[in-house]
Amino acid sequence: MRFFLRRLGFYVITFWAAVTINFFIPRIMPGDPVRALIAKNQGRISTDAESALRTLFGLDKDTTLWQQYVDYWNLILHGDLGTSFTYFPTPVADVIAGAIPWTIGLVGIATIISFTVGTLIGSGIGWRRGTWADSLLPISTFFSAVPYFWLALIAITIFSVTLGWFPASGSYDRSLVPTFSWEFISSVIYYGTLPALTIVISSISGWILGMRNMMVTVSSEDYVTVAQAKGLSERTVLFGYAARNAILPQVSSFALSLGFIVGGTLIMEIVFSYQGIGYYLFTAVAAKDYPLMQGIFLVITVAVLFANIVADFVYGVLDPRTRQEG
Amino acid sequence: MTIDTSIVEEGRELEKPSQAPMTGAVAAAPGPRRSGPRKLLFLRNSKAITGMVILAFFLLIAVIGPWIAPYDPSARSSDILQPPSWEHWFGTTHLGQDVFSQILVGTRGVIVVGFVAGILATGIGVIIGVTAGYVGGLGDETLSVLANVFLVIPQLPLIIIIAGQLPSVGGVTVAVVIAITGWAWGARVLRAQTLSLRKRDFVEAARANGESTWRIITAEILPNLTAIIASGFVGTVAFAVLSLITLSFIGIGDTGEWNWGTVLYQAQSQLALQRGAWWWFVPAGLCIALLGMSLTLINFGIDEFVNPRLRSTGLNARSLRKRGIRPRIGFTPVVREAKEDRA
Repeated sequence: MRFFLRRLGFYVITFWAAVTINFFIPRIMPGDPVRALIAKNQGRISTDAESALRTLFGLDKDTTLWQQYVDYWNLILHGDLGTSFTYFPTPVADVIAGAIPWTIGLVGIATIISFTVGTLIGSGIGWRRGTWADSLLPISTFFSAVPYFWLALIAITIFSVTLGWFPASGSYDRSLVPTFSWEFISSVIYYGTLPALTIVISSISGWILGMRNMMVTVSSEDYVTVAQAKGLSERTVLFGYAARNAILPQVSSFALSLGFIVGGTLIMEIVFSYQGIGYYLFTAVAAKDYPLMQGIFLVITVAVLFANIVADFVYGVLDPRTRQEG
Repeated sequence: MTIDTSIVEEGRELEKPSQAPMTGAVAAAPGPRRSGPRKLLFLRNSKAITGMVILAFFLLIAVIGPWIAPYDPSARSSDILQPPSWEHWFGTTHLGQDVFSQILVGTRGVIVVGFVAGILATGIGVIIGVTAGYVGGLGDETLSVLANVFLVIPQLPLIIIIAGQLPSVGGVTVAVVIAITGWAWGARVLRAQTLSLRKRDFVEAARANGESTWRIITAEILPNLTAIIASGFVGTVAFAVLSLITLSFIGIGDTGEWNWGTVLYQAQSQLALQRGAWWWFVPAGLCIALLGMSLTLINFGIDEFVNPRLRSTGLNARSLRKRGIRPRIGFTPVVREAKEDRA
């Protein structure tokens, strides 16, 4: 229990830090792009929305920094992230709420597939080192060095432009109305296959390598030797003794590298024009839509923190030592 | 949790494709007092050599690229969207620009940002990591939390919102932003290692001799961290290169400054995919992959150099098998050559 409380405390601190970073970034930047944008949209922005923007970007020079900070937190905790310039007059929170299911569906599922399959392959390679399986290593090194978005470009060239198997962009057939019909869902799956496949291919090598190295380390442990000496079957030793222990660091590295993975996969959405968070971040950057940019950053951070909490919980369940030590 | 951290870090180091070059030379001499044979050992590692050769190639291009480029990368010509030919090795763009020249000229931007960011981030990481590990107590707690916070916050979105709000984004600015957001991993690993070094006998002895804290850190602790610092540096360079290219690809940064990312950005925005102009984006991606791979290989070299277990079990497994030793069974085999190397 103490372990979870400690971790929770850490995530609260991280959340505070992320919000604070978000608070200070526009304030320490030279120039005042937001003021210009507000002036440009003069008359179109309601007074309420304008004052929210002023608070978010620190344009109220007459209030103290501390007062600005308190107001800022007040807005954030009420879920008010300002008004988007691009999708005016939709509030940023609504824009993000519309995009997030797509991202979680695509990136979430693809990451879980990649983690599971990668860990399985990794334990196989680590266990049978010195065989043909080792030649998979250089290949996975190559894939881990390639930027995600470039693989996506290649995938589109091969499977969409040349072979015409999958659509090159979008998230569902635009002629369909989003409903819970089988037709719509199958269209979503059809459009999502190529992006998901690309994410899996580009991120899987990391899990393979990590698991492989852990297997190499763990299988030199005494308890594995003893298990072998007892004459247990290969399978039992592999899954019951070696892989079971090797997977622990895998889980904690899953938590730590989530931020890294999420960043990479968001770019994937840009290449596929997939209507998730990453795509909106891209349009926000191109249009200098600062409220949307900052809102997306906050939401991504919160999502990653949440995933970390889940990973910590799983780790705690898997490894009793963490619970005892507190 | 603490029990596993060292293992986790080893594993992660390998898994993260990052970290590499130049440092090869540094890494080769973790114990400065031991010169000859140990240096050779690092250089005998085929992965490290391959990595260093590729890296050296890109460093060379970074220096001479702009001089040997056959065309001005921005100059337009009438050869629009030509596939690779003798005149244009990598074909041309929609404006008739020579892709090969763009790649050659762009190498410098990539390498400079990668290394500047790598040096800065490693500097911050060493200062924070070693301080945290050596000081201990409340200072350690605070600095560790700081590093962990930066680790958990997604870096790329953070870099994007910072760089996206800067009025003008040159290469060096991007490098600084990347360094500010990317130092935490190195700091974390260094802290863990410093923590374990601090309690070793030779450090205790130095302290008992009345050496100053400064001297203990620089003369006793830092030399023993060389390999970790080197691999952290290599990793950060790889991370910085990827970040820079990603930023350029989504259109943040000075588009007048050539790098591989801007080539890809133009290819994407000018619908190279739909036009079937594969030569426009394939070379840039392959260069990125090659550079990233060389950095990863150098890091593998460093890792195997530092961790003999990986070396004997991974590299020599095939030869062990030939001698009738089953590498699968869990013990670290004693191999004669390896023994001599380490002596």
